[in-house]
Amino acid sequence: MFSVKQSSWFMHKVVRWRAVASFAWSVLLLPVTTSLFVFLSQASLLHPIQWITDSLCLLTASSTMFSLLLLSAVVLVIGIFIQEYCTVIPSIPCSRVALLAKVLHPRQCVHSLSHCSLGMLVTWCAAVTIGGRYRTLSHPCSESENVGQMCLNEYHLFLLLAGAFMGYSHSLLGVVQNMNYVAFHAVQQHKYMHFKGSLPRVVKCSAVQSLYSLRNYIVLYYFFGYGPRLWISQILNLQLDGSSHFLDTVAGLLDFSLLYHLWISGTFLMLTWFITVFLFRIYVSEAYSFPVQSTFTEDAEMCLPKVLSCKEPMVMKFLALQDLALLSQHSPVRRQEVFSLSQPGGHAHNWNAISRECLSLLTDLTQRLVAHHDAVASNGRPKSQGSSSDAKSVTSGSSASSAVEDLPKAYPSVSKTPGSVFLRSSTVGLNSPMTAPFTPDLDSPFSSPVIRRLTAQEDPASPWFGSVQSPHVMRRGPKLWSASTDSMVNGSPPDSPALSPRSHPASEKPSFLTQWLQNRKEQVKGFLAKRALVLYLFNKLPEASGQALFADSQAHIWALEGLSHLVAASYTEDRFGVVQTTLPNILSSMLMLLEAVDRHFKLPHASSKPSRATCSMGDSTHKTLRFALRAALKTALYRITTTFGEHLHAVQMSAEHRKRMQQFLEYKE
Amino acid sequence: MCSLALFPPPLLDGEITLYESNNELVSGTSASSCPKQEWDPPSLIFPRETLKSHSRPESSSKSAFLDHKDTLWMRSAGAWRDAGLSGLLEEIANRPDEVPKWLSVGSGCMLALLRWISSFHGSLFPHLTLSSEAMVAEFSQVLKWSDGAVRGFAWHPHTDKFAVALLDDTIRIYNSKSATSPTLKHRLQRSVSSLQWKPLCASELAVACHNCLLVWHIDPTSLSTRPSSGCAQVLSHPGHSPVTSIAWSPSGSLLVSASPVDTAMLVWDVAIESCVPLQRVGGGGVTFLSWAPDGGRVLAATPSALFRVWETRMWTCERWPCLKGRLQTGCWSPDGTRLLFSVQNEMVIYALTFSDSPGGPKAASVVADLSETTFSGPNGDVTVGGEVQSLAWDPKGERLAVLMKGVSEAPERPAVIAVFRTRTSPAFELLPCGFIKGEPGVEPRLMQFHPQFQHGALLTLCWSNGKITHLPFYFVSAGATTATCLPHHTAKGTEFSSQLLYTDHSS
Repeated sequence: MFSVKQSSWFMHKVVRWRAVASFAWSVLLLPVTTSLFVFLSQASLLHPIQWITDSLCLLTASSTMFSLLLLSAVVLVIGIFIQEYCTVIPSIPCSRVALLAKVLHPRQCVHSLSHCSLGMLVTWCAAVTIGGRYRTLSHPCSESENVGQMCLNEYHLFLLLAGAFMGYSHSLLGVVQNMNYVAFHAVQQHKYMHFKGSLPRVVKCSAVQSLYSLRNYIVLYYFFGYGPRLWISQILNLQLDGSSHFLDTVAGLLDFSLLYHLWISGTFLMLTWFITVFLFRIYVSEAYSFPVQSTFTEDAEMCLPKVLSCKEPMVMKFLALQDLALLSQHSPVRRQEVFSLSQPGGHAHNWNAISRECLSLLTDLTQRLVAHHDAVASNGRPKSQGSSSDAKSVTSGSSASSAVEDLPKAYPSVSKTPGSVFLRSSTVGLNSPMTAPFTPDLDSPFSSPVIRRLTAQEDPASPWFGSVQSPHVMRRGPKLWSASTDSMVNGSPPDSPALSPRSHPASEKPSFLTQWLQNRKEQVKGFLAKRALVLYLFNKLPEASGQALFADSQAHIWALEGLSHLVAASYTEDRFGVVQTTLPNILSSMLMLLEAVDRHFKLPHASSKPSRATCSMGDSTHKTLRFALRAALKTALYRITTTFGEHLHAVQMSAEHRKRMQQFLEYKE
Repeated sequence: MCSLALFPPPLLDGEITLYESNNELVSGTSASSCPKQEWDPPSLIFPRETLKSHSRPESSSKSAFLDHKDTLWMRSAGAWRDAGLSGLLEEIANRPDEVPKWLSVGSGCMLALLRWISSFHGSLFPHLTLSSEAMVAEFSQVLKWSDGAVRGFAWHPHTDKFAVALLDDTIRIYNSKSATSPTLKHRLQRSVSSLQWKPLCASELAVACHNCLLVWHIDPTSLSTRPSSGCAQVLSHPGHSPVTSIAWSPSGSLLVSASPVDTAMLVWDVAIESCVPLQRVGGGGVTFLSWAPDGGRVLAATPSALFRVWETRMWTCERWPCLKGRLQTGCWSPDGTRLLFSVQNEMVIYALTFSDSPGGPKAASVVADLSETTFSGPNGDVTVGGEVQSLAWDPKGERLAVLMKGVSEAPERPAVIAVFRTRTSPAFELLPCGFIKGEPGVEPRLMQFHPQFQHGALLTLCWSNGKITHLPFYFVSAGATTATCLPHHTAKGTEFSSQLLYTDHSS
């Protein structure tokens, strides 16, 4: 995701180096984790001296050095995967089928398969390091009739398959828990301190995670273990050793030392990978200081006002907003630059650009919320689409992050390959009312997953391949975003979030054929809707659509913080009064957003908190971002009202907003 | 340096300090002679007898309810859930007849080992051997926390509203604009040690409880007198109990919490209920937190002779080892550049000055000496002075109230509040103002300045008889450009202008 647009200076100069540094650190940490693993794997409590000497011998052995090289390569490949798949906006599937589609997506399949093989590689290294009975895949048979032949070493196979399983489950859990999501923390810390503080959690997580996947793996092997064993022994022409227990029996699995080694290897695997993920997150989410203005024109694109208005890459926009929030809070010198006027001409370009961008973000969110609220009936279920096709079209455009469920209906290919043939056919589909009767979540499985797979396989060389699921790419299609920014460019931001509905194409007269097709589909849909499995798969997850709406709210939170701190600071620091001109706009956008947020929180499921995950590496902060947004919004309004106090009565405002503002002035919100 | 000997002598018994005007404390015999303002904060009284404290030690109800016919497995699971590993081991070790001998002996040995290790740990950090109630009482800013009717008090930072935590684990909220005073009760709201309103917010109140943090959302427009426990957010973290101190960031975005048992201080993002532990070696816990009003620094005291000052931008800290004992209390000047603190076992107030230049201050300087001083009066000699329990600096930075511990064995030496006038420019100075005297036989337990008092400063005092009174200090702030009209006593205006400010350059 981060490599969407290679031309961006930010990707070249900042993100790439941060990624490289984080990978270098994870490789450097590898000897430490490996020696820890060696030490634990040789554990024998009864012979402590032998334990220590064995571990030391093993650490200096050439096989360990070779494993270390191999593991470094694995970590680098993992790192490249992380960099490719990372996102600052979590993608939240709105129904189970969307989740399924996400898991079966070719991009995800590549991820899973490579993690499978990487896991196998890591456990191979682990097996070689542990040595003993795990060392090789075959060993001379011990039974009398097979003397001289080679037998399959099931322990080795067991360990390798465990690695593959763990790799796969890591990849799968990564999707379910949004492991690829880089969350930004409210507390800034130095990288070392951050790492040190969270290391215990990472170790605990990897141990627990390994325990769980161990349990699942053992159950799986107990039932299906004979398959791979038979297959491998036939392919490699190895005998099955009948003298010892097979491992898919209770007696074979009740081997404490085997389970211990399995668990230790699993923990080692998870730990190396988690540390890589974790270091990458720390490095990428580190604050970056953009210059507010530059004396050289060639550096202009690196300045904060320019960077804020860029949409790609998303990580740059996020870091710029974070920087804005930080500078508005901590740095009077840089605030002064924001309030300054341009030298020839005396325009407040910096402030105008910054406030325009922040306001457009807020307006965008307001519109998205209003559209969502209109589209959802009061019982929290989608309205029948026939009656509110207008609302539907807006929803599909604006609720960008719920794209997995909403967008494929209207823009099935915007996110895919723009140049493909499918684009045209889908546009036709959009224009004809054929898709109208389908609720979004019922529509997508019929058309998109198959086509999605086809198109993606068809054109893997396209620059869009590899960025299929990124919500911000999808957002390029919708009109609202560009519409709002267009009007911003023209000078004044729009004063109301009144929906600017797209030109509605459904006015064309449907032909007989399409009507017939529509009826057929209606019948099929009615038939399917009665089946329990279909219902289970296609029912919306109750909280997901709400979470999806607020998926990128971290940006809005920063915009609110930045704006409110700047406005509050302008009370004493703004010598030219540049902020005063935009104050009515800022207040009205915030109040309108507050109205929309209040309305959203009246929906069912909106104010229920998700249960907190006890131990997972996936960051679940995105699930509660809506609460953070609401808190940040109120705090921002209070910051402005407490600073300006009674002076706010002089600000131009609608009567309704004035009433609301009065509530804030009286501390009654 | 200012010392208590420069103070005017304390009032006689029977007289009560009413207010400060024209640079002197005015006394009277009853509270009714106080000048009226537009809103007089209610003077409340919570008699100790009417409040029933919860007399439920953690394990007392266990034997009454647990079915002893449970299987060993069930009981072990219960013990694991209630008391962790040591509980499990104890359960097994106590049933030698039901488990194999090796198991009971083994768990007995393990238990002994655990206890030995924890006693070793406890000898390094003696406070860990205290029970959690005793720990809260030890580190609380409230004098004699376990005994008083009022256990916590918090003014709202922006509006005339305050919350009072009482002995019976309820919190009551009083608002100038509404007649309803909601009572907050929650299952987890036990032994409240501290409470604070969220800045830049009308409704959120954070409460430090026995084993969690509660953040109440109280709708100011609601007429309900008993908000349901659904209005409270519960924030808990394993190993972080009891919570003895909390502090909101002045920008309202973060909340820090501290527990003497946990070496990490937690920084909460309350809305998303996530926390970041900030841990440094040494100290053995965090007992007291105070966030500078400008938001730039946080004071964190530990139970040993060490405190830290965190810088809140990148969350790095400076270590400040003290010589005598742990830091008992501290307060920041309104601009966040100066920290006043006092240390246990020392009767002085120290000051630290921070500036933006790197380096920082090298050493703390003594600014006030509170050692025992004897004043001779008509009824014999009165001795005043002692260790500091808590410090409060008014939001304008002009008055400093110091609550000094009395001698608990001697009834004639109760706790006393001394008030200093402070001046920050051109040089930092403490000037004596006077002692605050309450009703006879009653000592102050807790004090806090009103954050938004127009005519000077308003000190709220909680007394040992459960009374809450408000003591105004009328003065014109040195920084104020327009003289605000003082109520009532403008008649003394001429006297006021002719009187010289009392200054003493004794430092």
